[in-house]
Amino acid sequence: MSDSMNMCNSKENSTCCKINLTEKANLTEKTNFTEKANLTEKTNRIDLRFMQLKKKNKMAFIPYVTAGDFGLDTTGKLILALEEAGADLIEVGIPYSDPVADGPVIQRASERALKRGTKIKDIMQMVRNVRKCTEIPLLYMLYYNCILRYGTERFLNECIEVGIDGLIVPDLPFEESAELKRLAEQKGIYLISFIAPTSSGRIKMVIEEAKGFIYCVSTTGVTGGHNKFSDKLFGLLDEIKKHSGVPRAVGFGISSNKHIQLLQGHCEAGIVGSAIIETIEKYGETEQLLEKVKELVKSIKGVEI
Amino acid sequence: MKMSEQKKGHFGEFGGQYVPETLMNALIELEEAYDSIKEEEEFKEELSYYLKEYLGRETPLYEAKHLSNMLGGAKIYLKREDLNHTGSHKLNNVMGQMLLARRMGKKRIIAETGAGQHGVATATVAAMFDMECEVFMGAEDVERQKLNVFRMRMLGAKVTPVYSGTQTLKDATSEAIRNWVSNVENTYYVIGSVVGPNPYPRMVRNFQRIIGDEVKKQIFKKENRLPDYIVACVGGGSNAMGIFYPFIEDKQVKLIGVEAAGEGIDTDKHAATLAKGSIGVLHGMKSYFIQDEDGQIFPPYSISAGLDYPGIGPEHAFLRDSKRAEYQDITDKEAVEAFLMLSKAEGIIPAIESAHAVAYAVKLAKNTSKEDIIVVNISGRGDKDVQSIAKYLGVEIDE
Repeated sequence: MSDSMNMCNSKENSTCCKINLTEKANLTEKTNFTEKANLTEKTNRIDLRFMQLKKKNKMAFIPYVTAGDFGLDTTGKLILALEEAGADLIEVGIPYSDPVADGPVIQRASERALKRGTKIKDIMQMVRNVRKCTEIPLLYMLYYNCILRYGTERFLNECIEVGIDGLIVPDLPFEESAELKRLAEQKGIYLISFIAPTSSGRIKMVIEEAKGFIYCVSTTGVTGGHNKFSDKLFGLLDEIKKHSGVPRAVGFGISSNKHIQLLQGHCEAGIVGSAIIETIEKYGETEQLLEKVKELVKSIKGVEI
Repeated sequence: MKMSEQKKGHFGEFGGQYVPETLMNALIELEEAYDSIKEEEEFKEELSYYLKEYLGRETPLYEAKHLSNMLGGAKIYLKREDLNHTGSHKLNNVMGQMLLARRMGKKRIIAETGAGQHGVATATVAAMFDMECEVFMGAEDVERQKLNVFRMRMLGAKVTPVYSGTQTLKDATSEAIRNWVSNVENTYYVIGSVVGPNPYPRMVRNFQRIIGDEVKKQIFKKENRLPDYIVACVGGGSNAMGIFYPFIEDKQVKLIGVEAAGEGIDTDKHAATLAKGSIGVLHGMKSYFIQDEDGQIFPPYSISAGLDYPGIGPEHAFLRDSKRAEYQDITDKEAVEAFLMLSKAEGIIPAIESAHAVAYAVKLAKNTSKEDIIVVNISGRGDKDVQSIAKYLGVEIDE
């Protein structure tokens, strides 16, 4: 089990970084390096990315990948492949034994990753390696118990050191989040606020001090549902805008370009998780994995393949 | 106001509401409904009507003379929660929550279950009130407790096996939470123990405190004094919380919760959360859990499906850390011995869960004098366990 992680820490991963960097130079739509150079250390990459996208009047595409699914070296490669395919920010899921906010697809990815013995310290190392090759904003998606047990201080210190920009903690509602939010923000890491179709009467309170983006759940349910968007969604997005200028990202159940089209003009980002994990699940053991994932991202984004 | 609400849901540093945003308004609505409805005279009368006429309360506090004599120590009383309708204390809580759900206008009921006792209790009341009911049960428990699965289906409930994770109670609970998140607007989630997000631990404890309230009245009548020890088994901890709670201010009464040590707390096959766990957050609450250094929850193990839970109610965590209650552990082997001992000595077959409490009381009795009084909560009856006990003893029974 630890073999795959060692591989990631050593040569293989840095090779994959190099390959990616060369490819990167050929791509036109990449991070503007001059812009980056002008930034102080304190500017969060999430803010920077949304500022860039706003100028271009573009919606952000945020894919999700479970760390350690088919090994951490695969995760590292996937992160870079997702960026190449057009991801603007990336959610890196820390696998958990009891993911109550996740549907069957992400549950299975978590189980696969845990079966391989994926540990948080090894995920940190993978991110540290990947960060050498990319400036894409990276967020951890994880359950609160992992932070608590790993040690909040230690966890946040390592996050900032390896280059994590934000945390998405689906089982930490506003009422329980003050302490983690404060500690994270002291270090320049954003704790993402959630709004759901059932949030009526809470929106102003929950997003008043939101940072980075606001995670708007498209439907009442868990990740990966193929339900239609809640009929309350667009009203919700409008209401959020009344109270906050922070970008709105819609997630849960987004799996095709049709969904992205529907969201166009109503929010600043779309989050895609289970659809990507399904492809990883299908091609995880094959050579085609990275290509298939890139194809999927392009097709959801609506880019010519 | 926000602060006081938050404080209300905490027991020291434990408890809280660690759930997805989607559920927050539902929990707030539930807490408001519960706090106002529980004070209504009509609700109190309705609940006490059903507790008496449907459950058969009050349950006896039986003096186990034969067992006491055999052990030669304290006088042992058994609180006979096994005599409740459906065979365990579970119905006390279910009846309360179902009456609440009806008043809240909820038509669909969901529940998680481990041994099946809570599932059966929920299916039973759902049948009586003609409510739609779905019970989530770990696939392994479905296998271990076939009889209860059949019982629930017979009562008209849908039993959904849960194949994720360890396929036991913790996964059934996670799946029930997921289902609730998906159907929050029309569904009431009946949690079966003093676990979960606020207000559940407090609400379930209040519906179960009738056990302790009755014991207090009964022991005064019989002995004209308080007992010295109260012993109850602890998985999530509802029967223990129910019998402990009315005695918390009576500091001279020692409260002892008994956890399942499975094959021993120094093996990796146990469910002794307070003995071996650490502070964490799961299923909406901060409490103790059996977990690794990354916060991954260990699969618990016990011969008893009802104690096979990797966490414990937050109020127990608080009672332990504040030293008001102590927690002991009992292995499978000790529990089976006590199961057999009580069956032979008193003609009472306890649930294998309750047999853990009996086993500790047996140890305790040997170190007490005849003047002492021990009350043991027999939280359920053991008919459901006979087959697995036979299997444990290597006896084959034709089905």
